[in-house]
Amino acid sequence: MGHIKLNQITKSFGDVEVIPPLDLTIENGEFAVFVGPSGCGKSTLLRLIAGLEDVSSGHIEIDGRDVTDVPPAKRGLAMVFQSYALYPHMSVRKNIAFPLHMAGMDQAEQQRRVERAASVLNLTDYLDRRPGQLSGGQRQRVAIGRAIVREPAAFLFDEPLSNLDAALRHGMRMEIGELHQSLSTTMIYVTHDQVEAMTMADKIVVLRAGVIEQVGSPLDLYREPRNLFVAGFIGSPTMNLIEGDEARKHGAHTIGIRPEHIVPGDPDGAPWSGTVGLSEHLGSDTFLHVHGTGLTESITVRADGEVPLRHGDRVGLTPNAERIHRFDQAGLRIA
Amino acid sequence: MARAVSTRTRFAWTALAWTIAFLMFFPILWTVLTSFKTEAEAIASPPSVVAFDWTLENYGVVQERSDYMRYLWNSIIIAGGSTLLGIAVAIPAAWAMAFVPGRFTRDILMWMLSTKMLPAVGVLYPIYLICIELGVLDNRAALVVILMLINLPIIVWMLYTYFKEIPGEILEAARMDGANLRSEILYVLTPMAIPGIASTILLNFILAWNEAFWTLNLTSVDAAPLTAFIASYSSPEGLFFAKLSAASTMAIAPILILGWFSQKQLVRGLTFGAVK
Repeated sequence: MGHIKLNQITKSFGDVEVIPPLDLTIENGEFAVFVGPSGCGKSTLLRLIAGLEDVSSGHIEIDGRDVTDVPPAKRGLAMVFQSYALYPHMSVRKNIAFPLHMAGMDQAEQQRRVERAASVLNLTDYLDRRPGQLSGGQRQRVAIGRAIVREPAAFLFDEPLSNLDAALRHGMRMEIGELHQSLSTTMIYVTHDQVEAMTMADKIVVLRAGVIEQVGSPLDLYREPRNLFVAGFIGSPTMNLIEGDEARKHGAHTIGIRPEHIVPGDPDGAPWSGTVGLSEHLGSDTFLHVHGTGLTESITVRADGEVPLRHGDRVGLTPNAERIHRFDQAGLRIA
Repeated sequence: MARAVSTRTRFAWTALAWTIAFLMFFPILWTVLTSFKTEAEAIASPPSVVAFDWTLENYGVVQERSDYMRYLWNSIIIAGGSTLLGIAVAIPAAWAMAFVPGRFTRDILMWMLSTKMLPAVGVLYPIYLICIELGVLDNRAALVVILMLINLPIIVWMLYTYFKEIPGEILEAARMDGANLRSEILYVLTPMAIPGIASTILLNFILAWNEAFWTLNLTSVDAAPLTAFIASYSSPEGLFFAKLSAASTMAIAPILILGWFSQKQLVRGLTFGAVK
């Protein structure tokens, strides 16, 4: 089980309200990702769920039980920290067994669970080492091992991959995804990286200044961002936002079009045209930054990897009319 | 980048360091040497450094005249007791200030430190009178408490500094893993802080052992530690340097040996956190 419900919770530090009243439900077995720029309150929200911070008002329910005043240890949740937070004076084995030891589980059962977790996470050969003797990726696995042996109602991940290099991060992302598939336990994952959010989540919660901007599946957010903030935050490279006459033509204050929904071509007869500035060649794709369109300073276009356009070439741009997002004066989506 | 240092410069610095170290050690060395001289040789001018008749006579006289073991035992009880009591009080205090700081934590720490700036003699009268009132003059337990209070600011500060180095996330992880406050301090915080706690204990034990102002003023016979033992050779019938030196050597020997064996721990403790 692992159904988590936040009911009008708020959090203030002194006079500063970092989380205004907020409601959120995370279904059993769901992989939910809290994403937003730094300082948006996503980590605070996770810590409130964990019980490491007290809510200023409101209620938190886990599996129908009100846990608002229950200490972290008794909420049945496990957490993986950004810094791994391993116990440096204990071996890997003792680190993983620590929650079981705290729960007063008998030795044989502790042993069995530690070994099972170690085999799932490829840590069997390292059980007698100290955390200081492990690499970053291995430490992160130990932290995950310590979380899974408890068989918690839900896992909480606080930016667990930020300290790893890019290649390792990709690998661990896959491993955590696999883990979620095999355990089907609720997971809440905090990140500032929208790519992590898009690739891992069942449900993404986009936060800004403690306020939920939108909740939905990765593709919902991609297809129908509720406002300009979500539109600009989700998707890479970011959506092109155009104001002025071109937007008014579509009956909006701002229109948005993603780089992959613009087709480059002959300047003659195309609705928009400009000059190719910087182009980023990734092999599979080329991102063209087109200037001088008169719409906005620069329009990003995703083109074929081997597009024959170069710096300074004139290019025509044809947006896919069905993929144009319209936003009103307040930045909200116009249906 | 390594800087090139000429052999001559290096030699000069080494010589300077040895000279300073020797100057600092000299009084102790001289005390030890004097303790093996006769009273006449002890005050001879010019003094002889090693070419004198080595004698153990002073040690015999000192041991005969006063009961060294009783003073030693008092020193151990007072220094050890005040240190352990201080640690027991300071660990929870430092834990609270390091991990659950409040608005006034910084001020409380500064205030505690400021009490060390007050000259001890300023509170001699009140404390002396309180001791008379409570009937605890020349009492070991009273000295344990007083020395604990005198050194408490230093213990709390040292432990606070060590605890600050421990990432709060590790304690939060322990809390998530089901540890209550007791388990958190017992299984996670204390083992991680053991090097720091050990050096705090050592340093405080040495401070308490060498403390002379309060031990001299508040004891006479029953609770008198080694500081009083030394002092008892300094006055009534004039100065007897050789015997005074023998008494001093006997008084500082235990702490010197302890310090020698634990110097690595002490240096590590005193420079903890200075270099990451």
